[in-house]
Amino acid sequence: MPFGNTHNKLKMNYSSEQEYPDLSQHNNHMAKVLTPEMYANLRDKETPSGFTLDDVIQTGVDNPGHPFIMTVGCVAGDEETYEVFKDLLDPVIEDRHGGYKPSDKHKTDLNSENLQGGDDLDPNYVLSSRVRTGRSIRGFCLPPHCSRGERRAIENLSIESLDLLDGDLKGKYYALKNMTEEEQQQLIDDHFLFDKPVSPLLLASGMARDWPDGRGIWHNDNKTFLVWVNEEDHLRVISMQKGGNMREVFTRFCTGLTKIEGLFKERGHEFMWNEHLGYVLTCPSNLGTGLRAGVHVKLPNVSKHEKFGEILKRLRLQKRGTGGVDTAAVGGVFDISNADRLGFSEVELVQMVVDGVNLLVDMEKRLEAGESIDDLMPEQK
Amino acid sequence: MANSFTRMISGRNTAVMLASIGAGTLVSGYLLSDSTAAADRKRVYPPSADYPDLRKHNNCMASAMTPTIYAHLRDKTTPNNWTLDQCIQTGVDNPGHPFIKTVGMVAGDEESYEVFDELFDPVIKDRHNGYDPRTMKHHTDLDASKITSGMFDERYVLSSRVRTGRSIRGLSLPPACTRSERREVERVVVTALSGLKGELAGRYYSLGEMSEREQQKLIDDHFLFDKPVSPLLTAAGMARDWPDARGIWHNNEKNFLIWINEEDHTRIISMEKGGNMKRVFERFCRGLKQVEQLIQERGWEFMWNERLGYILTCPSNLGTGLRAGVHIRLPFLSRDPRFKKILDNLRLQKRGTGGVDTAASGDTVDISNLDRLGRSEVELVQIVIDGVNYLIECEKRLERGQDIKIPSPIPQFRK
Repeated sequence: MPFGNTHNKLKMNYSSEQEYPDLSQHNNHMAKVLTPEMYANLRDKETPSGFTLDDVIQTGVDNPGHPFIMTVGCVAGDEETYEVFKDLLDPVIEDRHGGYKPSDKHKTDLNSENLQGGDDLDPNYVLSSRVRTGRSIRGFCLPPHCSRGERRAIENLSIESLDLLDGDLKGKYYALKNMTEEEQQQLIDDHFLFDKPVSPLLLASGMARDWPDGRGIWHNDNKTFLVWVNEEDHLRVISMQKGGNMREVFTRFCTGLTKIEGLFKERGHEFMWNEHLGYVLTCPSNLGTGLRAGVHVKLPNVSKHEKFGEILKRLRLQKRGTGGVDTAAVGGVFDISNADRLGFSEVELVQMVVDGVNLLVDMEKRLEAGESIDDLMPEQK
Repeated sequence: MANSFTRMISGRNTAVMLASIGAGTLVSGYLLSDSTAAADRKRVYPPSADYPDLRKHNNCMASAMTPTIYAHLRDKTTPNNWTLDQCIQTGVDNPGHPFIKTVGMVAGDEESYEVFDELFDPVIKDRHNGYDPRTMKHHTDLDASKITSGMFDERYVLSSRVRTGRSIRGLSLPPACTRSERREVERVVVTALSGLKGELAGRYYSLGEMSEREQQKLIDDHFLFDKPVSPLLTAAGMARDWPDARGIWHNNEKNFLIWINEEDHTRIISMEKGGNMKRVFERFCRGLKQVEQLIQERGWEFMWNERLGYILTCPSNLGTGLRAGVHIRLPFLSRDPRFKKILDNLRLQKRGTGGVDTAASGDTVDISNLDRLGRSEVELVQIVIDGVNYLIECEKRLERGQDIKIPSPIPQFRK
């Protein structure tokens, strides 16, 4: 909640034991890490904008999680959250991001020239290619905590900057609260429209406040480059197209991001970034690159192989249904993307996806022909 | 019944007294300290930058809100540091419905109604059909012996029920309370309830700790409440930390029931099958008085003042917080085109038998009082009794093929 510390001082009238949340039924990263001692040490702290420990963890308290799916259970309200509450967030980050230490440095590489290949994923199997990330504007609070004024300022800045994109990236902004019926239907048909979050994970953190004020979608005329404004992060940037030319998708992604960053800088604003955490986003799971590069790919045979899960794990890839996170695959078509976000650069992650998907398609072809794939089994990356 | 001690305390005096108990020397309505970055943000974002977009909204808060009011109130806080934005968040997030005008704001603590009275007062006036908290007084009366004709014809009335809410003074309300405050509410109330004897003796079931069997039993008895799913409630923050410190208490006879830390600190319900509304109300008053005594013995009291009566989370429940109702079969009358007008004039409201926002099933409807504030409990229950008796008379006449009359409207507030 903005402009205050949500009566943190009132809570100090009660002891830490009295305030400590009941996490006995919980299975998320926050619950694993937050001991009563840690709670006692952190509960009187707040970031300069007034974000408190309870604000950070509320979503994790309200959503105990699932025995099989380990959610993060905490969010940042501003850039400083990751500093002020590092005692909690560092171990959460380490757990979530495969052992990433507080002293580790993250490398950013948005030079698409450094990608090898990637322009010829077999379109008979790879139906579409997509790269997404998020960006936060330094100096503003993040979606769980921002006020209406801040959110609108972010929207205005974004519109101003995006309006100046030209060439292949030239496009238009559609504010969620102003769009016409036709515009809305078109955005739905293009699979661009995002809706008010319904997931309790997001609602409990306060990200859906004041919906749809300050939210909108920008996309280029070619419909290959898309920006979501003020959904789960300040900006979500998406490059996508049908077919298997991931290289082209990534090149547009890098070019677009770099241009947008330049346009924001011209207006005196930069993205939240530091050399330890990379790009700073609302959810600790998206730190580093915030990047998910993925394809929709037909793998009816490989997906039934007993070693499918193991293969993906070794390739550092993750499978989802084609509806996105938390959906099931339909007709043997899977969404395959990088599992990592932090500790690898953008180029490295996209390379893993390109190489991994090429291998999976080779395996699919082998299995189609009734041949074995044992010699193709990859090493752990 | 609120005793003379509670009645001495009202309005702004309450806020100051509570502030000195609860939060050092802070006074109600103080401005946030200028030394924080939060204060800087306020300077960069004047109230006009934060003013909510209410153009598509149809709730009492949106009707009453103006840029001037917002500018006056945005930077104020209650002694517990609760803000206007937090009061109105649910109304901003839930634009409402063209036909159903929701309230659109909640209180975070007792002082909210004082510190933000510039917005609460017109909302209360709108919701309570003209009750003006600035000039009028609310009268509390829990003397059930004054009730007459409180036994309904059970060929028509299937069940009778009275409910209200009570808040524990000194503790924040569900939208705002910390975990320890919520646990404190649970502790205070459960301790008091364990002192109830005789017909009222019962036991407590904590939501987080009940067994599967206990849960099933409470569902079968229609006693169990669940985590709120209504966006009206979740947007107000009332479901935080669920199910911590939530629970249900009921007496062994299963006709006196208390919900703890759902939408209010407590919801108190007296109910039984059949038409003996007088007995339901007697038990209601007796139970309430005993609970009040038991918490007072330990130095606690209910939130109450003579401007607004009993203080609850939602402004719609101020005053008595009372809904007295019956499930009644009215196959002829419910189909008569004059039914709505008859109900309006009797100051009654119909709902489906699933409660608010449900439709009637078959010929059975839920009939209860429309008003909450501006008339006492005894007056409202009598209005329900007289009204329901009138409805039964109409039904009988229609059964016999006789005509019915629309009664003249009864005045809304006591003189």
